[in-house]
Amino acid sequence: MDSSSCGTASPAIQVSKLTKDYSGTMAVKNISFTVERGTIVGLLGGNGAGKTTTLSMLLGVLVPTAGEITILGANMLTERHRVLPRMNFSSPYVGMPARLTVAENLSIYANLYGLKDIKNHVHRMAEGLALTELLKTPVGDLSAGQKTRASLAKALINDPDVLLLDEPTASLDPDTADWVRGYFEAYHKKACATILLASHNMGEVERLCHNVVMMKAGVIADQGSPGGLISRYGRDNLEDVFLDIARDASDVRETLS
Amino acid sequence: MSGTWQRIWAMVLRHSYLLRSSWPRLLELAYWPTFQLLLWGFITTFFLQHSSWIAQAAGVLISAVLLWDVLFRANLGLALTFLEEMWARNLGQLFISPLRPSELIASLMFISLIRTLISVTPAAFLALPLFDVWVFDLGLGLAAFFFNLMVMGWAIGLLVSGLLLRLGLGAESLCWLGIFLIAPITGIYYPVEVLPDWLEPVAWTLPSTYVFEGMRSVLFDQVFRWDLLAGAVCLNLLYLLLCSGVFLWMFRVARYQGKLLQQGE
Repeated sequence: MDSSSCGTASPAIQVSKLTKDYSGTMAVKNISFTVERGTIVGLLGGNGAGKTTTLSMLLGVLVPTAGEITILGANMLTERHRVLPRMNFSSPYVGMPARLTVAENLSIYANLYGLKDIKNHVHRMAEGLALTELLKTPVGDLSAGQKTRASLAKALINDPDVLLLDEPTASLDPDTADWVRGYFEAYHKKACATILLASHNMGEVERLCHNVVMMKAGVIADQGSPGGLISRYGRDNLEDVFLDIARDASDVRETLS
Repeated sequence: MSGTWQRIWAMVLRHSYLLRSSWPRLLELAYWPTFQLLLWGFITTFFLQHSSWIAQAAGVLISAVLLWDVLFRANLGLALTFLEEMWARNLGQLFISPLRPSELIASLMFISLIRTLISVTPAAFLALPLFDVWVFDLGLGLAAFFFNLMVMGWAIGLLVSGLLLRLGLGAESLCWLGIFLIAPITGIYYPVEVLPDWLEPVAWTLPSTYVFEGMRSVLFDQVFRWDLLAGAVCLNLLYLLLCSGVFLWMFRVARYQGKLLQQGE
């Protein structure tokens, strides 16, 4: 992936010594990482590694116990409303009101993000995501693939500079998932957007991401470019690197020997 | 439209779409006040034939029923609208957008006003042909009573919504229970002096007590009591401020505990 034409001096996301302690249970422990503008970064880790907790803190719906988050130059703890209009989020686990139609949902979010000429905007979004025929369908009646496209339309409705994605292709068939990945690539290229992608699909991460942050038990186990990590661990693909880190490579090698 | 007004409008749109998409909801809104009107209308008819007290002010019970429903629907309109967001697991989506908690409160109040008007208007008009009671005879006083009961309903609704954020959907019955707790002591159908002596001061801590006493004053004595109106307005301002504070505090706690993305059934 080429991101050289998008990047600027200051990073889009800066996370410093971020910690979340749920009454003694440390979900995230003192993590720091940076996402450069116009890059796509993968946030990887097994279940319970702290990815969703980290994303929630980045979005401002969860307050960290300690640490700092700066997005597009704004401190997310004290001035998140300055930057929220330039961000958005999509996850198959966070739905939209099921009884409302696709058009109604999109027009609500268009208003929440302060857009003008909402009717045309919604129609343009629907056209781009092959949702025109479904605009009058309640979200609850859509298939998984259609719901993902509707959720994507919501996530891109404000043309976000920073897009956070939590397993965006989970539960999609390979064809639909490939289409969704292609859409992200095209959007990233068109808008020079910064994308942070939490995913369990290593093929997806290798295809889309410039860099990867690997989390395990609430800490950053490793980070780097997909190619760099693969060669550093002496593996053929990112899935094997993920397994090495998840199972702790040294333990695995000991067991095998 | 400025940012704040557009975001409040977005939330109003969200719930008006929901109302529009479900005729049972619309029907339910109008059903209960009409049901209450019929029930109490016939009770009034009976009393009119058998009680000289009621005969002095025909329509006092009917007016009380309609005004009680304003309070009840204002509370329910706010708390249920908030509950809809919890049922739809939509709070997380809303608060990653630029929507502010204070804007959500404003939109909940607006939706509650719409729901209350849909609720009580048919019953208010039905009272004329069925029982010869024209509640608008209360004149400007009606507007003052309506406004005060709306505000009190919003305050209770905000308190309940804050508790729902804190306790989760297991506590959803608070939407109905909270308001019914005050029904026996706020003098809806009878004057406050009917209550035991020790309960009277408690009744006077409720803005609705001032409203129902004020209503009886208009209907029995044709006097609009400004002192009662002032009492209701002052208490309402205090309670609305306190309950908004509780809601905002609970929202803050929910952000610390990660409950905004986790709420659901």
